[in-house]
Amino acid sequence: MAAATLGLLATIVIELFYKADADTWRPAIYAYVLWGMAIGAGQVLTRGEEGQRALFLLPALLFTIAMVIFPTLFGFYIALTDWNLSSFTGRKFNGLENFWQMLGDPYYRNALFNMVLYVLAVLVEYVIAFGLALLLNAQIRARKFFRVVFLMPLMLSPVAVSWMIGKSLMEYRFGPAATLARHLGWENPAFFSDPIIARISIMILDAWTFIPFMMIMLLAGLQAMSREVLEAARVDGANAWQTFWQVTFPLMLPVSVTAVILRIIFKLKLADIIITVTSGGPGGATDSVSSFIYREYRDRSNVGYGTMLAMAYLVIIVIFVTWLLKFANRFVRNVN
Amino acid sequence: MSVQTTDYVASEIRSPASFFASRLFIYGALILWAFICLFPIYWTVTTSFKTAVDVTQGHLIPFVDFQPDWKGWRSLGLSPDSIFQTSTVREEFLKRFMNSVITSVGASSLAIVIGSLAAYGLTRYRYEFAWFRNEDISFFFLSQLILPPVVLALPFLVLYREVGLLDTRVGLILLYTLMVLPIVIWIMRDQFNSIPVELEEAALVDGLSIWGAFLRIVVPIALPGMVAAFILAMVLCWNEYFFAALLTSTDAKTIPVMVASQTGSQGINWWSMAALATAAIAPLAVVGIALERYLIMGMTAGAVK
Repeated sequence: MAAATLGLLATIVIELFYKADADTWRPAIYAYVLWGMAIGAGQVLTRGEEGQRALFLLPALLFTIAMVIFPTLFGFYIALTDWNLSSFTGRKFNGLENFWQMLGDPYYRNALFNMVLYVLAVLVEYVIAFGLALLLNAQIRARKFFRVVFLMPLMLSPVAVSWMIGKSLMEYRFGPAATLARHLGWENPAFFSDPIIARISIMILDAWTFIPFMMIMLLAGLQAMSREVLEAARVDGANAWQTFWQVTFPLMLPVSVTAVILRIIFKLKLADIIITVTSGGPGGATDSVSSFIYREYRDRSNVGYGTMLAMAYLVIIVIFVTWLLKFANRFVRNVN
Repeated sequence: MSVQTTDYVASEIRSPASFFASRLFIYGALILWAFICLFPIYWTVTTSFKTAVDVTQGHLIPFVDFQPDWKGWRSLGLSPDSIFQTSTVREEFLKRFMNSVITSVGASSLAIVIGSLAAYGLTRYRYEFAWFRNEDISFFFLSQLILPPVVLALPFLVLYREVGLLDTRVGLILLYTLMVLPIVIWIMRDQFNSIPVELEEAALVDGLSIWGAFLRIVVPIALPGMVAAFILAMVLCWNEYFFAALLTSTDAKTIPVMVASQTGSQGINWWSMAALATAAIAPLAVVGIALERYLIMGMTAGAVK
């Protein structure tokens, strides 16, 4: 085991010094894999059954560490450099310059603000998803058919959906949605040119794809609920409305919170739809943080600055999600 | 997931009029939402058979409104009359398709293998790495779910260039594995928790090693969960766009990237775009219909305690 560790270190050191000779860093990867295997074998040989147990966990652990920790640390380093892939000067360390630039960047602030709006839209999605779950849980025929149909949008690739809905259904001239809007009296149904309407259109597109996700979780919660409680409420003379607010909703709260939090976590990654439908337009109005950084790289090859933005975003959402989890915990405990 | 038939005693007590009103409302809402879900798909599929005139005039129903035409599919080289001719678009499409299949199957398989092992270890044994206990390790894995792709994308772009993994399937497979691993571990942990430990204890008494007990006793029981996790992972990988768009250019480009690059090009060449979109969503639509049970199982794992 010690020998393997030495081997890994040696490879990295050699690579560092003779970078000019070897054209890639690939040997470092092989060395890492070998090192992982050696550790596994070493565990089994030296610690017997204990080691065999560790073997269950090691592959995933080593994989995740290699794939996350190292790039993230590297990312923090890149964030402090002035590195543009299209310029010939290569990278140079420029300390906190990117950071100051970021603080003064109105587009980044706008993207962060948009994320707040997009996350708030989850609450509306939740209401719709809850309604659909209740419908599917009612005594209906063809339940399986409706469940499959309702689940369908989730299966479709967001990029294809972007074209199907955003680029064709909502197209200004010939799209059926635009035609319908004209019939309903909206003279100028441009879904993506007014900043506010464009944001709402993006929310609708995203909601269409992801409502089924929450719906399925809520449906599972509804079906796990015991019938007796509902019966008891009815026997006590509660009507459907009272039963829902006093029995169903409180009982569903833990599932609801899980569904909403998972959905928010996915929402924070929102990018595909915006990149393909509006590419951030009009004038950056619909940008999410991810799509903004994507363009920062794609259009300007600005790796250093883009990474700084991404790292700042990471810090923000880690704080936000930690707070959210704490808040949700307390919320559920207070109500129940 | 079992579906009980709900027995509404109350509906018998209420008056027939309000009963019918509530039925009407429920079915009306169901049908309305089904329409919202299906219309974009219907629209895309029919548009792939339309000509320019039908698109601009907003014809909707084939054979009534407009005469279907293979135009969209011909431009992809996938219509009956062009299927035997050589077509560069078709070759390109099939190549992208194979890339998508290989990366999503590869990543899902890898994630299932290492994810199941880790989940099993975490549910059955106590670990201590320095000050890390089981809960910390589980949290470490699950917390990867929060990590937005954009944080990893740029460092990976640079790193992959250094190690020569840029624009390769292997590179994508590794990243996708990372992306779905937390979800796989989440589902499999739930699955293994539901299997009684006594089964393995009996197997150990019978002389199997812990790995033997895992492979011969536990894996067969946990297979439905593995299938569920695999399918969910497949769906996520198949639809992934962000990493693929940044890290591939010619060789390893996947279907979503191809669709997106076509979307960007202007003009109202709707029929071929519609055909491409249809071809891109068809595999998963089929999976969704055929394996819906497993998908729901995967999505609801651990959500309801």
